[in-house]
Amino acid sequence: MSHFRIADDADQPKTFAFTPDYQARVDREIAKYPEGKQQSAVMALLDLSQRQHGWVTRAAVAHIADMLGMAEIRVWEVVSFYTMYRTTPGGRINVHVCTTTPCWLRGSDAVTAACKSKLGIGFGESTEDGQFALHEVECLGACVNAPILQVDDDYYEDVDGPATEAILDALLRGETPTPGPQVERQTSAPVGGATTLQSVGGDD
Amino acid sequence: MLRDEDRIFTNLYGHHDWKLAGARKRGDWDNTAALVQLGREELVNRMKASGLRGRGGAGFPTGLKWSFMPKETGGRPSYLVVNADEGEPGTCKDRDIMRHDPHKLVEGCLIAGSAIGAVAAYIYIRGEFYREAQHLQVAIDEAYEAGLLGKNAANSGYDFDVYVHRGAGAYLCGEETALIESLEGKKGQPRLKPPFPAGAGLYGCPSTVNNVESIAVAPTILRRGAEWFAGLGRENNTGTKLFCISGHVNNPCNVEEEMGIPLRELIDKHAGGVRGGWDNLLAVIPGGSSTPVLPKDVCDDILMDFDSLRGVGSGLGTAAVIVMDKSTDIIKAFARLAHFYKHESCGQCTPCREGFGWVERVMDRMVIGNARVEEIDMLFEVTKEIEGHTICAHGDGGSWPIQGLIRHFRPVMEERIAAYHAKAAAA
Amino acid sequence: MPKLTVDGIEVEVPPGSTVLQACEAAGKEIPRFCYHQRLSIAGNCRMCLVEVKPGPPKPQASCALPAADNQEVFTDSPMTVKARKGVMEMLLINHPLDCPICDQGGECDLQDQALHYGADTSRYAEVKRAVQDKYMGPLIKTIMTRCIHCTRCVRFVDEVAGVPTIGALGRSGDMEITSLEQAVASELSGNVIDLCPVGALTSKPYAFNARPWELTKTESVDVHDAMGSAIRVDSRSGEVLRVLPRLNEDVNEEWLGDKSRFAMDGLKRQRLDRPYVRKEGKLQAASWPEALQTVAAKLKATDAAKIGAIVGDMADCESVFALKGVLDGLGVTSMDCRQDGAAIDPSCRAGYILNTGLAGVEDADALLLIGTNPRVEAPVWNARIRKSWLENGLKVGVIGENADLTYPATYLGAGPQTLNEVANGSHDFAKVLEGAERPLIVVGQGALSRVDGAAVLAAARVIAEKYAGGRDGFGMLHTAAARVGALDLGFVPGEDGRDTAGILDGAASGEMEVVFLLGADEIDPAKLTNAFVVYQGHHGDRGAHAADVILPAAAYTEKDATYVNTEGRAQRAYRAIFPPGEAREDWAIVRALSGALGAPLPFDTLEALRTAMGEAVPYLDAVGALAEAEWGDFGTAGDMADTPFASPVRNYYHTNAIARASETMARCIEELLPPATEATGTDG
Repeated sequence: MSHFRIADDADQPKTFAFTPDYQARVDREIAKYPEGKQQSAVMALLDLSQRQHGWVTRAAVAHIADMLGMAEIRVWEVVSFYTMYRTTPGGRINVHVCTTTPCWLRGSDAVTAACKSKLGIGFGESTEDGQFALHEVECLGACVNAPILQVDDDYYEDVDGPATEAILDALLRGETPTPGPQVERQTSAPVGGATTLQSVGGDD
Repeated sequence: MLRDEDRIFTNLYGHHDWKLAGARKRGDWDNTAALVQLGREELVNRMKASGLRGRGGAGFPTGLKWSFMPKETGGRPSYLVVNADEGEPGTCKDRDIMRHDPHKLVEGCLIAGSAIGAVAAYIYIRGEFYREAQHLQVAIDEAYEAGLLGKNAANSGYDFDVYVHRGAGAYLCGEETALIESLEGKKGQPRLKPPFPAGAGLYGCPSTVNNVESIAVAPTILRRGAEWFAGLGRENNTGTKLFCISGHVNNPCNVEEEMGIPLRELIDKHAGGVRGGWDNLLAVIPGGSSTPVLPKDVCDDILMDFDSLRGVGSGLGTAAVIVMDKSTDIIKAFARLAHFYKHESCGQCTPCREGFGWVERVMDRMVIGNARVEEIDMLFEVTKEIEGHTICAHGDGGSWPIQGLIRHFRPVMEERIAAYHAKAAAA
Repeated sequence: MPKLTVDGIEVEVPPGSTVLQACEAAGKEIPRFCYHQRLSIAGNCRMCLVEVKPGPPKPQASCALPAADNQEVFTDSPMTVKARKGVMEMLLINHPLDCPICDQGGECDLQDQALHYGADTSRYAEVKRAVQDKYMGPLIKTIMTRCIHCTRCVRFVDEVAGVPTIGALGRSGDMEITSLEQAVASELSGNVIDLCPVGALTSKPYAFNARPWELTKTESVDVHDAMGSAIRVDSRSGEVLRVLPRLNEDVNEEWLGDKSRFAMDGLKRQRLDRPYVRKEGKLQAASWPEALQTVAAKLKATDAAKIGAIVGDMADCESVFALKGVLDGLGVTSMDCRQDGAAIDPSCRAGYILNTGLAGVEDADALLLIGTNPRVEAPVWNARIRKSWLENGLKVGVIGENADLTYPATYLGAGPQTLNEVANGSHDFAKVLEGAERPLIVVGQGALSRVDGAAVLAAARVIAEKYAGGRDGFGMLHTAAARVGALDLGFVPGEDGRDTAGILDGAASGEMEVVFLLGADEIDPAKLTNAFVVYQGHHGDRGAHAADVILPAAAYTEKDATYVNTEGRAQRAYRAIFPPGEAREDWAIVRALSGALGAPLPFDTLEALRTAMGEAVPYLDAVGALAEAEWGDFGTAGDMADTPFASPVRNYYHTNAIARASETMARCIEELLPPATEATGTDG
């Protein structure tokens, strides 16, 4: 984790409010927790503010702190502790490369190289047009489909250099490539077909 | 090899419908009320009899854990907290449960919840599992719709709610008290124990934190009988287990197998063998990155369960098998893990916060050999200064891999150092 | 009562004790950084690890482990020592080797403990962490590379101060303590400097001023509010370099307000260091005999009915006693110690002290604050109210200003109308008071410094009698350190005498010809232009500006003196340095004046004065103790106006002449009180 940084004032919008759609989701999140324990919703609200605005702004933190009756510093502690909150305007599409050992064993170096050369940026940077940001992440929890390239909410699995380039190309064209394994394979089953569950009948 | 009819996760790979209709066809939610109505004591006893040990890594007996929940709570509600913060490098089993068989987990929540007297379950799922969280939420919504959750859940007479709480990127939240802190809307920093969660957990209320797999297997165990489960594997290491096989195998995969399956059989039968053949094997991390590495000679005949792996100075952990063949720069593989443990330290305890930064830096030098041989011993000592000296087990989990490396691959490290200095002298 | 052994020594400790406390009970020192007895247990530094049997085969954090029967604790076993050495090594690897330029040097916990557990050389050969310093306001200097992440500061502002503005951001080795570049907006912020076990948070005003071993340490009491907090005055070469809190469980525990700690640079500025006499309309330097003769001549030439005297907020008992002696000798009856005109009834002591003691609020289960904002009037006591709320669920109701007190308080209303409703039981909070076992009613000066003050006081007495059992549930919170002592000494109008307002109005109208101000600065000097004004005090503040004769005196750090705090506890201040120039201790000036008047007071030494004073008011001799006061009738029932109560403290940092002369206080106002504090998130 690099040093936590909050965007400069010049980049900070003065205010933040959830749109009615997001507000409805906010209300649903808060309702999950017992009365008086609404602080539990802080992670969800930060995520929603990030989904709405693209990144977590000072104004959003203040707004959420106010909504949940938290001190702002407590909200910032949460923001800074978890890696998924972005506190500077980065890219509209966030590309994450897992480089932890299981992915590295399966060739994440090539994935990293493909991302860097294709996007022309390094980890922690974003493209000049603000289209892409590139992040190095720790284990994404999909190790039998390593290496993993995470683009926003989706996992692209079993990627290599060329597959990574193809995905990025598609994204650059404004397309959304199909997530999941990029090789012939059913999710986490072995390539070539499952070695188990042959005798259990299908249900559909 | 485990027979298919003894497999619990029959939709492990998502070949079939993951929603309620499909789940019902696979036997889920079949007269759940009868199970709930067995009552707390009976449920706990049956789980104890099954021999199920927690599937999150530590292997604590699940039934025993449930029995710790107080019956008298002084008016406080009790909670079930499901640990779906899967993040131990190598591990990706809970992901498959949640995306392909979410109803097993949801039904398990109701049954486990009733067994511990909980009013609700919070499933804490790692933030990156966005799609998995969506599946889980759909399953929960379906269950409410079908009267399987909420008031008089599944006509059991028991009121029970299930909620999904998404994390946001912190391995440490897999530690149960850090998870509770996070669930309460704070940084995921582990709590001091005592008090233990069963006494004062979520919101200061009695809580049990269980791994996804532990909860998801509970309904099947109870339906088929504790004896069935206990009859699989061997004593103290019973039942089936989801294994994740990653790294240098021909066909990495998840698979449900019997506890105690030989490592070699596991790899050969399901993962298509080690890349380049068994003799090309260098080492295996048997149970997720925290468990000490096993050199090939140990791998040849080791059984995959808690006790046998403990016997060789490692552990079953999450049963995430990371295979490394002879092409692996083993020092680099562990230097990367050192970075992981440093990155994921919560920063609370001095030894972990400071120590893993130190370990990472020394390991980075070890990768190129820019070190002195004595520093290998120093590195070992540094991990010993971290291990056992912190609030939670992160200090242990990050120390063991390095200790394992030094124990088994010290000559490789020494060679690397010698080569570096030889090159430097020549230049 | 758990019984256990520590290194073989058997100890029995109260239930709920920790192993660390048990070790202390056995006389074993346990090193620690994060643990602090007044803060929640963090257990993160790991320095206090000890071997405990039975238990897991690893050392336990003694600060967090409950002591239990039959435990065996080993504080110097190989396991314990090894663990401590390991933790110390870890603490030092990223800690800079800048002790020679660190202000914490010589009083640094890390430095001290490194001596015991540290190695002489480091095995750490990597790059050390460097952390950017943070802005925390005008009082706290940060050198964050030194931080060892104990989180004491985080816990203090959150738990004790109730102003959660410091946090630990990020994680792992990159975790940083920060207030997000905001000044720590608490009147208690300076305490984090004491709490910081290393040199990460140090005193900004004191930066690079001195080494602890160069300082002369004088134990004394504070006079910036009426609490009488225990302080230590550190001085060198006749200069006060810093003020620190001392432990006094009954009064300030171990905390100190920022003004009390940091206003001391005001002791060096705008000082009256020689006598002055106004000649031809201008104040001109004069000799002591000339100044005293001028005053004596004027007093002798004036009808006693046309002479008045006002005692200021920081006057000590000795000078008040002496001055009253002089005035009595002259037959003067117009005198007052209530500069603010507070309608305190001097006839009933229980009616003007905090009868429960400051600590008493910890036993209370309901508290009604009338016309007071303790956060700015007595910040350390306010923290105690907060503690009572946190630990016992104290219910607080406020009549007066709806201010942020740092704990939840039910705002009942602004003024007398609400007071009446509580008194007659029609207000909801009356039920809270009725249901409480130990309710406490506290009246502040803001409720009394008004025309209807006597009626307000009477109403408060009625409430105390109705709900709180009278005396044991009643207290007054003062803001002036001099007030209770001067009331005890009867420095109030005698027969036909005028009070503060009467003296000032008389001076304005010409009815009063001579006004003697003993350090009285919180008055309107414009009313004094027609009168002959004598100002005895230490600062060239408001009072001195109106003066015809200035008698330069000693500040509280420059004299041995007695003060009585708001609880009625007599305490002694001690001289740390000498007053500047020709300035003299106050009692001695008054004694000299009595000589000039030809009617010398019957004491030549401070001891003799104190003996006489103790005979007149015995509890002033019982230093440190609380005397029970007798409950009686006080206040005067009557009509009350609708005007809201307002705290007398409008600006915490500027309540007296010393604070107004302090550059540090000026910076606090600039950085902590500007309107900019209203706008959030625009700086940083």
